Amino acid sequence: MTPDLECVDLVKRFDDTAAVNNVSFSVPPGSFFSILGPSGCGKTTIMRMIAGFLDPTSGDIRIKGGSVLDTPPNKRPVNMVFQHLALFPMMTIAENIGYGLRRRGMAKGEIGRKVDEALDRIGLPGIGARKVDELSGGQKQRVAIARCMVLEPDVLLLDEPLGALDLKLREHMKVELKALQAAFDTTFVYITHDQSEALVMSDQIAVMNAGQFEQVGTGQDLYYRPDTPFVAGFIGESNRWKGRIERAEGGNLQLRTDSGLAIRATGMGLSEGARAEIFVRPESIRLAASADALAEFDNQLTGTVTSLLFNGAASRVLVRDTAGETLEVTLPQSGEFASLKRGDAIHIGWGAGQASCFEAS
Amino acid sequence: MRNQSRITFYLLLTPLVLWLGLLIIIPHIDMLLISLRERISFGVYETSLSQYEKALTEPLYLRTFWRTAVMSVLATVITLLIAFPVAYYIAKMAKGRLQQVLFLLCLIPFYVSELVRTFGWMILLRETGLISSLLQWVGLADQPVELLYTDATMMVGLVYTSMLFMVVPLVTTLESLDDSVIEAGYDLGGSGFSVLREIIIPHAMPGIVSGCIVVFMLSLGNYLTPTMLGGKDSLWFTEMIYNQFIVRSNWELGAAFGFMLLVLSSVIVWGMLRLTGRTLKETMG
Repeated sequence: MTPDLECVDLVKRFDDTAAVNNVSFSVPPGSFFSILGPSGCGKTTIMRMIAGFLDPTSGDIRIKGGSVLDTPPNKRPVNMVFQHLALFPMMTIAENIGYGLRRRGMAKGEIGRKVDEALDRIGLPGIGARKVDELSGGQKQRVAIARCMVLEPDVLLLDEPLGALDLKLREHMKVELKALQAAFDTTFVYITHDQSEALVMSDQIAVMNAGQFEQVGTGQDLYYRPDTPFVAGFIGESNRWKGRIERAEGGNLQLRTDSGLAIRATGMGLSEGARAEIFVRPESIRLAASADALAEFDNQLTGTVTSLLFNGAASRVLVRDTAGETLEVTLPQSGEFASLKRGDAIHIGWGAGQASCFEAS
Repeated sequence: MRNQSRITFYLLLTPLVLWLGLLIIIPHIDMLLISLRERISFGVYETSLSQYEKALTEPLYLRTFWRTAVMSVLATVITLLIAFPVAYYIAKMAKGRLQQVLFLLCLIPFYVSELVRTFGWMILLRETGLISSLLQWVGLADQPVELLYTDATMMVGLVYTSMLFMVVPLVTTLESLDDSVIEAGYDLGGSGFSVLREIIIPHAMPGIVSGCIVVFMLSLGNYLTPTMLGGKDSLWFTEMIYNQFIVRSNWELGAAFGFMLLVLSSVIVWGMLRLTGRTLKETMG
């Protein structure tokens, strides 16, 4: 099947710096593709090149198999939901949604019908006559999407559209966006710096850093099987150390961190004596009151609780082990550790498979 | 506490009241009274509408009145047409330092007095001036060309004088238009023209209207430019007011002219607001 969107060796240079450096990817029809990266990584540049507001220095952009490099933005079968939505404040909601259809020279009656249909689709029937500033943030969001979707684009680009919303609404809109994408059955390309948005909504996520894609995969791939230290550090949270590999047998490694902690981990392509970075997620470390409960784990430590960081479901405990190393461990909310307090002795452990290891750069 | 804030309020209000009262309201009331009297003999006056009757029946007065109005509207339109691209470039296309420099360049001519600026035009355009010599040197003219003292020259002067007052409000409103709104216009299939018509101009409307009002009033009330560049055939209504007051000491007719000009500008500004569907409050606030 021809991908809806395909970028081939895309490069964009601004003076001497390469904002986008040799990026290639393809997005299959009807999927939700996210580009996730810290600000300044070049993801907005990619999006603006796809929309046609920037010309790539080299490389090709194909939509449904055909190159669009010579197509101006107003002729591309791509529409964009802007970061601040960019609804036209001088028009009513119906005029906003009908704008693209008017530009195509569609008959008035049909535009009216299509606009009503779109308003029904986004669950806001009958608001067509209102002004833009009479809507709430979430409603504007949906109108911005409807304004693009009435044009039935091959690809919808979304540039951090949830950034301006408050937390509660953002959580709600994540689910809603995913549902809208399924309802419209259109390819969405979504860029964000918020990993939770990407993880929740996407079929495929590309993690981007310094102008290049670090890894492309599903949310599970990125979370459980990161390819690079950047991905391991960027997706989710991690305890991270630098150390030296003392023994390597296939993928099983025995390391010693610079602070002297001995860790068993897994990682491919690393040999004895190499410098390495080790990542262990707080949620993959098990807390236990006694050492016996941790017999099954490759890594076992004893320590004291130095601090409790309460944050509802994401609460953490800081544990200082006997060697003086502090680790962040997720605090289970099953009630088992409800009485845990500062200074308590505690045992922690994790499997070698839960410790990802990469060659240090 | 309450008393104190009331005193502050009145203190702050005083300059405004003095300004309006002494410089605008009182002189205008006096002007109205002067325009409504007729001199019977030395020191003897009678209330009558004869001044207005004279102004409205004498063809020269009436023609100059309408000509001034039409030319001022024309000057406003031309200023808008020239200033809009300039303002758009400054507000949307120039970035950083260039933007500041361009804005300053618009302002620099206003560092010198209007008189000097108008002389500048005279130096360029007179028979022995730069442009005339240049045309002869190139061979496009075989004798000195007089470019001064025509309506076109006067129009050039009026547009030049008012430029800044159009550019400033336009730049301010255009700057407040988010770039992504323009991009969204293109992204959704708009052409350059339709984006301009449906998005940029509606957004810039407050700036356009307030710029037009200012430029129109400045042109209508301009005295120097029409007098110096316009020559004998291009009589301006302000010149006639001046003549009545100063040259002929006919204050009664001069006051009547003044009032006619006030009514004219009020009517045209009101018409402009009606035409664009805006209220004065929206435009100024």
